Amino acid sequence: MTYAVSLPERGTFEAWRRAARLALSHSIAPERIDWTGGGGLFAGASLPGTAGERPVTVIPAFPALARTVMWHASPQRFALLYQALWRLAHREAALSAADPLGRQLDLMARSVRRDIHKMHAFVRFREVPSDTSRRRFAAWFEPDHYTLEPGCGLFARRFADMDWLIATPYLTARSEAGALRFHSGGTRPDLPPDASESLWATYFANIFNPARIKLSAMRSEMPRKYWKNLPETQLIPDMLADAEARVKRMRDAGASTPNPASAAISTRYRATMPRPADVPESLADARAAALQCRRCTLCEAATQTVWGTGDPDAAMMIVGEQPGDREDLVGQPFVGPAGDVLREALREAAVDADRIWMTNAVKHFKFTPRGTQRLHQSPDRGEIQHCRWWLGLELAFVRPRVTLALGASAAFALTDDHTALAPRRGHVETGLHGGPVVLSWHPSYILRLSSPTARDTAQRALVADIRAAVAKANQPPEA
Amino acid sequence: MAAQSLADKLAILSDAAKYDVSCASSGGEKRDSRKGGVGSSGGSGICHAYTPDGRCVSLLKILMTNVCIFDCAYCINRVSSNVERARFSVEEVVSLTLEFYRRNYIEGLFLSSGIIRSPDQTMADMARIARTLREDHGFKGYIHLKTIPDAAPELIREAGLWADRLSINVELPQDASVRALAPEKRPETIRGAMAQVRIESEAARDTSFTGRRARRFAPAGQSTQMIIGADGADDVTILNASTRLYAGYGLRRVYYSAFSPIPDASAALPLIQPPLVREHRLYQADWLMRFYGFSAEEIATGAQDGHLALDIDPKLAWALKHRAQFPLDVNRAPREQLLRVPGFGVRTVGKILNARRDRTLRFEDLLRLGARMRLAKPFVTIGGWTPRGLTDTADLRARFAPAPRQLALL
Repeated sequence: MTYAVSLPERGTFEAWRRAARLALSHSIAPERIDWTGGGGLFAGASLPGTAGERPVTVIPAFPALARTVMWHASPQRFALLYQALWRLAHREAALSAADPLGRQLDLMARSVRRDIHKMHAFVRFREVPSDTSRRRFAAWFEPDHYTLEPGCGLFARRFADMDWLIATPYLTARSEAGALRFHSGGTRPDLPPDASESLWATYFANIFNPARIKLSAMRSEMPRKYWKNLPETQLIPDMLADAEARVKRMRDAGASTPNPASAAISTRYRATMPRPADVPESLADARAAALQCRRCTLCEAATQTVWGTGDPDAAMMIVGEQPGDREDLVGQPFVGPAGDVLREALREAAVDADRIWMTNAVKHFKFTPRGTQRLHQSPDRGEIQHCRWWLGLELAFVRPRVTLALGASAAFALTDDHTALAPRRGHVETGLHGGPVVLSWHPSYILRLSSPTARDTAQRALVADIRAAVAKANQPPEA
Repeated sequence: MAAQSLADKLAILSDAAKYDVSCASSGGEKRDSRKGGVGSSGGSGICHAYTPDGRCVSLLKILMTNVCIFDCAYCINRVSSNVERARFSVEEVVSLTLEFYRRNYIEGLFLSSGIIRSPDQTMADMARIARTLREDHGFKGYIHLKTIPDAAPELIREAGLWADRLSINVELPQDASVRALAPEKRPETIRGAMAQVRIESEAARDTSFTGRRARRFAPAGQSTQMIIGADGADDVTILNASTRLYAGYGLRRVYYSAFSPIPDASAALPLIQPPLVREHRLYQADWLMRFYGFSAEEIATGAQDGHLALDIDPKLAWALKHRAQFPLDVNRAPREQLLRVPGFGVRTVGKILNARRDRTLRFEDLLRLGARMRLAKPFVTIGGWTPRGLTDTADLRARFAPAPRQLALL
């Protein structure tokens, strides 16, 4: 025995779903159902009125696929969906894109989604007279599939404050005062001309770059079948006809004579731009010059020069290695995780962070990019030597009574001794500038230690070294 | 001179804006007009039209004004150019945006500008346009604001309050070229602005201890643009620059724009257009870095003299140089390796992983899954196909490269 099912024009999915569940519960094989509602002499019977014995369950992904394929124009869609449902229910084979039925349904779903997307893109409203305070707009569109109903949501969400109508050959959607209604479709309505359409054409013609024609890209995304309802496409032949000549005119014209009044304008602006002093005469001068430093290549990759901060008359200066990721973005030293460790140590040593000068041996962040991360790389000796110029200026203008070098790079920058830090830590050496330099761990080294006891020991050493530096600063200078 | 009509201004100020290639309107926050106002955004963007240059029109992309006090050699709007100048009023930009939007021509506004009087003044005027759209007209569509170099941080903060996306152009891949060709721009302050945008975005994503959202800031992130072919930078230099930008500033996109001849060109630049395919190869390489797990150094191994091959795509070029890693068994190889097979896209790989959970795949299945087997054949083994010696043949590259064209005789 064969069956025939006829489905209504709207609410189709729910009707199909009910019928499919019913048929499956009676184990009616796909080849015994005509889903096109086939009437005529050999018309099949209606489905049974009550559910059969077979339980109907299906993987959750299927209803979503069916809901999309549903809107496809193919008269086969209901039969194909039932075939798929049958197969899934009988655990015959999974419905992946690698088998013919799975692929066909996948293609149909994609075609429907694309049709909806193109409707969202290519509906063109014209304003029509309104007898209420709400503005009214109307459009005519010809989709490939039955996509007006599933595609309307965007317009409803987007244009809630106006009345609109989209007519298609099979269905018309009308939104009035926020209420969305559907009625049957028809022929293309006669819409009054709209002044904004010519402005749109002006925009379309001018945003186009005649020097780079890529027709295939245009046609694949905006296929010709849509052109008859897109006002701007009427300009395309003229735009193309003229393009080559326009490019030729540009080439032939060559470089133009600069507008004579212009030099004064840009020169005036450039005069307001900061210019580095050759020999800075103050800490502020030195900072301004350092912001434009190009003494090595680090400036090209880093965001900005990170100059020291704190008290310009500080008795103690703390020198780290180089700014890290956070410091580079913010433009201030010791504001990242290592800075937190240092500030904690300063608190423990009862030192007011605002009363010291904090800076780095190298003023630009050196890193290796890895995906969305920037991994710290230690500066090499050459980079440290280049940057000594700036450190020297900071030492010269701040004139600290003691300097605390954190880590090997800072130690090398201040003392020019690149031997291992471990045996030197906690000692006082004489810096290149002639002042005392206390050597200690860099806070990032402390952060990297994996054993809590080692970390604790190193942190206590840092606090002790800070205290030692404070004591040194408070000592009367040796005669 | 007769007063310019709105159409005249639109013609001048859209013509001037076309060298900014970004037109993305995707991502960002979900909002719509059901609680008032007009417009919606969030999810994937919509390209409402395509021009014959193959570019999509998603946003009304215009300059607020093409009057500019800067003299960037590559730019049609530089102070020394003789182009006709125009300036939109706030109301004109607002009304064009809304009227185009209501007719479903666009997803929103992309506003850039020449620099008038000062960077701060310009940024403030642009932010005012965005604020008017948002506050006075309840506009919920997409807004992309170009950040003006050297504008004050608080103005960038205000721009981020109204815009979905901010962008500032690094312009050229090397600092030295920026200084030479755009003497009023400073690479370090451009990067500083990008750093600020990243920091503000991160702060806006964190909820404060009271659980309240921080102030809104450019939910669709930031992007930038580089001009290709106006200076001597090779492709590897460009890709390294992009890598640093992606890593440092959380950029959504780096756009590459092949330098194209402009009317009223400056004598500082060659009027030679780099092949458009170079730009295309750079985008492919950029995609490999963002979605396929390639690093710039790996891509560089397939390049020659610092340049990506123009005749074959960068993934194929890489694979040809690393044949020892192939052929891969499609039924066993992990995702990271499948992504490196020429002819397999991210989506195809996803489908392969899905399908092979149920059964062993065969050659025909790959065709159905959308793999481009012409490219993939030498690099995979699968039921029904083994490349045997094909992977290592000396002329493998020649099979993919388009046949050389014979030079025409005069």
